[in-house]
Amino acid sequence: MVLGGNNVYGKEKRVGKTISEKILGSHAGAHVSAGEIVVAELDYMMAQDGTAPIAIRAFEGMGGDRLKHPERVSFCIDHNAPSPSSSVSQLHSLMRDFAHKYGAELDDVGEGVCHQVMLDKGHVVPGSLVVGADSHTCTYGALNAFATGVGSTDLAAAMLSGSLWFRVPETMKVTIRGELGRGVFPKDVALMLVGTVTADGATYRALEIGGDTIKDLDLDGRLTISNMAVEMGAKAGLMEADEKVMEFLKGRTNAKMAPVKADEDATYVEEIELDVGKMVPQVAKPHRVDNVCAVEEVEGITVAEGLVGTCTNGRLSDLRAVAEVLKGKKVAPGVRLIVAPASREVMLAAVREGLMEVLIEAGGLVMCPGCASCVGTHQGVPGDGENVISTANRNFKGRMGNPEASIYLASPATVAASCIEGKITDSRRYMS
Amino acid sequence: MKGKAHRFGDDVNTDYIIAGRHKFKTLDMDELACHVMEDLDPDFCSRLEKGDFVVAGRNFGCGSSREQAPLALKHAGVGAVLADSFARIYFRNSINDGLPALVCDTSEIEEGDELELDLEKGVVTNLSRGQEIGCDPLPEVMLDILNEGGLIPYMKDHGGFSIEVKE
Repeated sequence: MVLGGNNVYGKEKRVGKTISEKILGSHAGAHVSAGEIVVAELDYMMAQDGTAPIAIRAFEGMGGDRLKHPERVSFCIDHNAPSPSSSVSQLHSLMRDFAHKYGAELDDVGEGVCHQVMLDKGHVVPGSLVVGADSHTCTYGALNAFATGVGSTDLAAAMLSGSLWFRVPETMKVTIRGELGRGVFPKDVALMLVGTVTADGATYRALEIGGDTIKDLDLDGRLTISNMAVEMGAKAGLMEADEKVMEFLKGRTNAKMAPVKADEDATYVEEIELDVGKMVPQVAKPHRVDNVCAVEEVEGITVAEGLVGTCTNGRLSDLRAVAEVLKGKKVAPGVRLIVAPASREVMLAAVREGLMEVLIEAGGLVMCPGCASCVGTHQGVPGDGENVISTANRNFKGRMGNPEASIYLASPATVAASCIEGKITDSRRYMS
Repeated sequence: MKGKAHRFGDDVNTDYIIAGRHKFKTLDMDELACHVMEDLDPDFCSRLEKGDFVVAGRNFGCGSSREQAPLALKHAGVGAVLADSFARIYFRNSINDGLPALVCDTSEIEEGDELELDLEKGVVTNLSRGQEIGCDPLPEVMLDILNEGGLIPYMKDHGGFSIEVKE
């Protein structure tokens, strides 16, 4: 259903559609163009323990007494997991009770970061429309889903009615070319992209991200890049689905898949190209994600803590890169290397591959799968004046719980190498 | 709606509006309200009077989807937020919570200016400087939600988004 809004391209008849226009259109039952406001039916909706409690209260306030589609709703306890306090435990209980009462899925403490759990459980398929009460819901764009973050009250309305209104976004086309050099990772591409587009350069827009570099990446790496779409203000970070996506989904879902490609004559508001063939490892300096530089500019800055994990970089490929750097080495005295795998499935796979043994022998502190210290409530709050190097997606002042600490963002390999030396280090020296 | 302007810069993220170390603990928004903006301006809450305006530059509310951000501002007594632009999740949240969020040119509004907002007309009057500033119009669906006091009362009345269809 189209509610109104204005087609930004005026009355001109446009045939070619972007991925966003196609997915929102198919879920709204109409041909839609950027700028129009539509009501679209949702395939899946998710909230986590930072957002679900308010959504529950809002749902009750709306007079909700049943979920429109209980089988399309899940709550995940990941941000404060296991609970660090009795007050947080009360909110967790509220989520468990609600999920039990209304028949929603509850992914409890230890299942992992909500976004990885959504993927592991097969809740996201190509061509689907998903909302999550978490800004990094845009991660699933790597699976060709139009997935976007919403607030708790929007999520409550979605749980109640099964649909939500959207403004169809304009699309910015991002083409990434070039083969990544040794010791250069998808996270470096993501940081370079955010540094280029800036923190609000894609606000209200969807990104369509493609090019040879993306085609060559494994799914883990693509997820890292789509994950950071919101750090440019984007509503979605869409990629095409290929055999790597289909291989991942095999055995996880029976849902109908409808992969979507943009038409050749689709209209883009902006097109940018990045050549990453000669790119070196990147670092985002405090306190902005778009404050990006080459690693050499910050080499030698002391670090007290490293964090490997989160919805950006807690997957198996990331843990492999960390293990490659750490093998036979030790974390420097006085440095804490915190490792939180993105999900139970990831953690088990890492154990079976022997990666965990390497990390633990090197001095890594392995946390329960979940968000760990990324959100500043527990499991590694830094001290005053300390520098943290992290694989997460945000380095805002106070993000990890202490406004007197500073956060640098980098790839898992850079974090691992920096923890060995106790200062920011180019990981290429530790890679064969 | 009348009040004083409290100036902030560009890219005020939701971690700055309400830090994670506070927001996860409670559903009591009055408790969170005491901590609003504290990492940017520790005295903000004590200087704020009911109905005052937060006035910011570009990309206000970027970052996390936490709805505690507009809720804490609202519970602290902020009457409306004016900014050159908003991050999209924050923008929706603010309207859903009945806290007006308006896009306008804020470059000439200074700390302490007396402002008056006419929400119907979408005009801000800077009483201290005798200037009128036009705001970008809100989409109809957002105006409807705001006029009903937020998305909770809206959904209670309508049950969904099936307002007037324009094909």
